[in-house]
Amino acid sequence: MRWLLILAARSAWNRRLTLGMTLVAVALSVTLLLGVERVRDEARNSFALSVSGTDLVVGARTSAVQLMLYAVFRLGEASNNIRWQSYQAIAADPAVAWAIPLSLGDSHHGLPVLGTTGAYFEHFRYGDGQPLSFAAGAPFSGLFETVLGAEVADRLGYRLGDRIVISHGMGDTGLAEHDDKPFTVVGILARTGTPVDRTLHVSLEAIEAIHLDWAGGAPLPGLSIPAEYVRKFDLQPKEITAALIGLKSRAAVFRLQRKINNHPGEPLLAVLPGVALDQLWQMVGFAERTLLAVSAMVVAVGLAGLVAVILASLGERRRELAILRSVGARPGELFFLLSAEALFVTLLGALLGVALLALLTTLLAPLVQAHFGLSLSAQWVTSDELQLLAAVVAAGLLASLVPGYSAYRLSLADGLTPRL
Amino acid sequence: MPAALIRIENLRFRWADDADFCLDIPLLEVHAGERVFLHGPSGSGKSTLLGLLGGVLVPERGRLHLLGSELTQLRPAARDRFRADHVGFLFQLFNLIPYLSVVDNVLLSCRFSARRLARATAAGNSPAAEAHRLLTQLDLDASLHGRQVTRLSVGQQQRVAAARALIGQPEIVIADEPTSALDTERQVAFLELLRDECDRSGSTLLFVSHDRRLAAGFDRQLSLATGGGVSAGGSA
Repeated sequence: MRWLLILAARSAWNRRLTLGMTLVAVALSVTLLLGVERVRDEARNSFALSVSGTDLVVGARTSAVQLMLYAVFRLGEASNNIRWQSYQAIAADPAVAWAIPLSLGDSHHGLPVLGTTGAYFEHFRYGDGQPLSFAAGAPFSGLFETVLGAEVADRLGYRLGDRIVISHGMGDTGLAEHDDKPFTVVGILARTGTPVDRTLHVSLEAIEAIHLDWAGGAPLPGLSIPAEYVRKFDLQPKEITAALIGLKSRAAVFRLQRKINNHPGEPLLAVLPGVALDQLWQMVGFAERTLLAVSAMVVAVGLAGLVAVILASLGERRRELAILRSVGARPGELFFLLSAEALFVTLLGALLGVALLALLTTLLAPLVQAHFGLSLSAQWVTSDELQLLAAVVAAGLLASLVPGYSAYRLSLADGLTPRL
Repeated sequence: MPAALIRIENLRFRWADDADFCLDIPLLEVHAGERVFLHGPSGSGKSTLLGLLGGVLVPERGRLHLLGSELTQLRPAARDRFRADHVGFLFQLFNLIPYLSVVDNVLLSCRFSARRLARATAAGNSPAAEAHRLLTQLDLDASLHGRQVTRLSVGQQQRVAAARALIGQPEIVIADEPTSALDTERQVAFLELLRDECDRSGSTLLFVSHDRRLAAGFDRQLSLATGGGVSAGGSA
């Protein structure tokens, strides 16, 4: 048995070029399969960790998923705002422990600018209930002050005391600048691994102030209010984008949700973050399964290629099989010899695929973090991935039976003298 | 007269996909220590006979007695085991496994038979030492023992194959046209080496060839007729 394994290894080494190419194919397909699974897993994880402790997310009436996407994940834009009075009415409800107003719409180098209040730094929770903490500085207190997420400070190289200009609207280029009212960086948050990292935080009043002399998305011609005079105006916001609500008791959540959804002043929507996330997963679940199926198909193609290569080599190896037969090898041993080769390549391919994935995630993690806000963990394998790997090896085992059986049949038909 | 080492009686074999051909051997006996030349033109069923003697094929009827074992009564795995333990095969061409060294090719016979491994170990100090000894005996210079088999000449390759057939002293050595790729001079030299080594290890030699000129030096000559029968070809 041991000798047969050595023989299989030497034979494989003798054909290392063709087998090497199929090995690469199998390894790449395994990397793809595990990579898809890893990204899927991390995406779910980072979404689930983005908000914690918030009982209701309130916004203008839209779909629950869309509200979550723009209010919590800063993806996409709100179609409508809600009135400040509505927000105040909800915040004043006796069941409400705290409320965080969110005002979105402006950006800085493509990163979202969020207008909010001090309540944000006090009550917002992420992960398993961790509060936000400052890596440097403190919450904003003055009008033109901003607190940066960790990623913002990292990517753009900002430090405390730097002055930055906010652009009107979302996007990267071609935006009008609020360059008459620059902001001073007064705080930088510690890394959270959530969309908070990619956000610039300012006060609601500041959002109001930079839009004083604007109308319809452009500065009013001939009207310019210098930064020093804005305090003379009423900076109380008229509208906000959304609000996060924390309750004194979770028991009140459905009652308050109903109340908000039936708000008499304007059409509002309150969603439970967990329920909305479930809806989101149901929506993307089909795409996920499709992606997984496609990568599984790629693995099948890799294994089919492996079987084809070994079967093709069998023609040249008939003489070899006859020699082994003449010195006493049983047909079953030749079956084992050929199957071992296929299984060996599959196992090696799976290992190589895992190593390649580890390498790729290590190399690409900063890029993915910067562009998609996903923190790819460079761990070896999770238990889910182990199951996928086991499935790959099982498929490889099944595939290896094909060349094994061919060798078996061939050795029985050829006997000691192959008819070439 | 001692019992025959090989005794074939009333044997008949037919290929499933070839109704015209039928190997029919009423009686064939080979005694221990004999060197027998079996003449067989192509189409006479040489390969078929080798397959039967190797236990790879099973006759339709008849008896196939080797070393006191009735091959037709053995299960396939036992026949493979029997071949590994007692029979050394030597073929026409491409006898070697290209990715194994000269010595590993010789030792291949010991990998599938504990008996031949034990005998080779007893004969030399180790199986490898016995392989080297046999190769040197067969006139293959020690400098060639470490060479890749694909870089040996055909004659050298056949001597490596002969060493593989002989290692572990199998009772029967069956050679199937092992000299057909050699020129006349080398044929004679190779045959002498082969016969000498069979003598030394006490193996019975069954030499199969279509070329009667090689029959000189064998104890006995048999003929396979084109139809698949066998007849005594007279002493050489």
